[in-house]
Amino acid sequence: MQQPALFEYVLRMADDSLILGQRLGEWCGHGPILEEDIAMTNISLDLIGQAISLYDLAAELEGGGKTHDDLAFLRFENQYKNVLLVEQPNGDFAMTMLRQFFFDAFRKPLYEALCKSPITQLAAIAEKSLKETRYHLKHSSEWVIRMGDGTEESHQRAQAAIDHLWRYTAELFYEDTIDEQLQAQQQVPVLKEIQAAWMETVKAVLSEATLVLPTNNWKFEGGRQGRHSEHMGYLLAELQYMQRAYPDMQW
Amino acid sequence: MTLAEQEKRFQEKIDNEIKIEPNDWMPDAYRQTLIRQISQHAHSEVVGMLPEGNWITRAPNLRRKAVLLAKVQDEAGHGLYLYSATETLGADREQTIDDLHSGKAKYSSIFNYPALTWADIGAIGWLVDGAAIMNQVALCRTSYGPYARAMVKICKEESFHQRQGYESLMVLCNGTPQQKAMAQDALNRFWWPALMMFGPNDAESTHSEQSINWKIKRFTNDELRQSFVDATVPQAEILGLTIPDPNLKWNEERGHYDFSEINWDEFWQVVKGNGPCNKERIEARVKAKQNGLWVREAANAYAKKRAMKKSA
Repeated sequence: MQQPALFEYVLRMADDSLILGQRLGEWCGHGPILEEDIAMTNISLDLIGQAISLYDLAAELEGGGKTHDDLAFLRFENQYKNVLLVEQPNGDFAMTMLRQFFFDAFRKPLYEALCKSPITQLAAIAEKSLKETRYHLKHSSEWVIRMGDGTEESHQRAQAAIDHLWRYTAELFYEDTIDEQLQAQQQVPVLKEIQAAWMETVKAVLSEATLVLPTNNWKFEGGRQGRHSEHMGYLLAELQYMQRAYPDMQW
Repeated sequence: MTLAEQEKRFQEKIDNEIKIEPNDWMPDAYRQTLIRQISQHAHSEVVGMLPEGNWITRAPNLRRKAVLLAKVQDEAGHGLYLYSATETLGADREQTIDDLHSGKAKYSSIFNYPALTWADIGAIGWLVDGAAIMNQVALCRTSYGPYARAMVKICKEESFHQRQGYESLMVLCNGTPQQKAMAQDALNRFWWPALMMFGPNDAESTHSEQSINWKIKRFTNDELRQSFVDATVPQAEILGLTIPDPNLKWNEERGHYDFSEINWDEFWQVVKGNGPCNKERIEARVKAKQNGLWVREAANAYAKKRAMKKSA
């Protein structure tokens, strides 16, 4: 492999998209209103589409002749590098939307920065995905505001979701030698800058929603190294079911 | 204008193929028939999301996952247009949905059968969407304007779904023996329920005759069922699958395929709520509505606050 750091970087992004897309797909047919069934399947579809492009790029960088499906379906749990946030269970609609909001608010500035990457394939994926992500962020932000500034119950549920998910947000900005190598070559953005943009969005939306940031700094990490929460195994059991039960077949 | 004159003018429009529009005068029974039929159709789209939705998380590869997501999203969209079409007739969407949940309103019985394997997703596309298209192509010319126009868009998407379903079964039929057996098993389970989708025999169909006069329906249940069988048998042959009916054979004289009598006892049992998944489907919809109540309340409360701020 010629560019192992870039491969790992792209794989992390692909896994974030896939796992969140998988989670959103669980909502199908069970949304609070029909319009949200449409919105959530649509966002899931966008994320799966992004995952396909990113896995294609990762497979090309790896150079072993793998397909996007090999990467998406045929790894062991500790080889998935998504952040813990995206694998967390859907919970109620507030939990799903807050998870989405924290992620969208991270992805938007990340894609904006990656549009300028000298790695042209990654820049092209970022450009296409940015358009989708702007809509996702608009959608999730609007729901956070509606729930926060809606009824007493919705406010409480939204705040509970923030309080629960907050511990997983720091990992969005996790950096290690993979990032440092690519940053040194100015191929990817420094996550501190993305974090500043993220925090600005989070503060603005939560303030309009009359919701508050938790004061504790309790944080969980591990996903980027393949150390997941207990939820991940079940998610993968469903995701991989067909590929594991019927190996080496075309579908 | 007297009632008789209004009725005469209405029937003249129908006879002259002029579409009836929301603000036009229409007999109450016409209105009620349409509300019943369109809302049934809307409920079918929404309940139909459940058996397919249950395979999104298990789709065998990313392309199939994306295609299935797009399909189910289309169905939710169809549900939305159709509920809107019932609203043009003065129906209330929430009330219509409550009628589904209470069992008062029906939906297509096919969705009371379980989707057990990945091949079922292909079979649903091929047979269920195929049967739906037979009904719906005819509805593109239905006499009520908003319904006819909704059906044009819906038909385009449904025929895409039908081809996708067929194509995915083609892959299985050209795959391993295990995959081909999975496809045959899906056909065995979905064939008869698909034929039941056209409803009772014409002699038993309570709503048919009037609906034909009003040009809400253009063909009878049996005519549509026959067209479906005639179109589908050659498709099964291309797949190399066997239709589970020993009496199925081409009738030269009629120019149609003959086929066995449907098990009408099963048909009525499923319509009455005793199918394999009736209970689960309605429970899932009721639960979605209950769990979503606080979300809808929040959206309404927020919209009210905004409106007050604006007017202040």
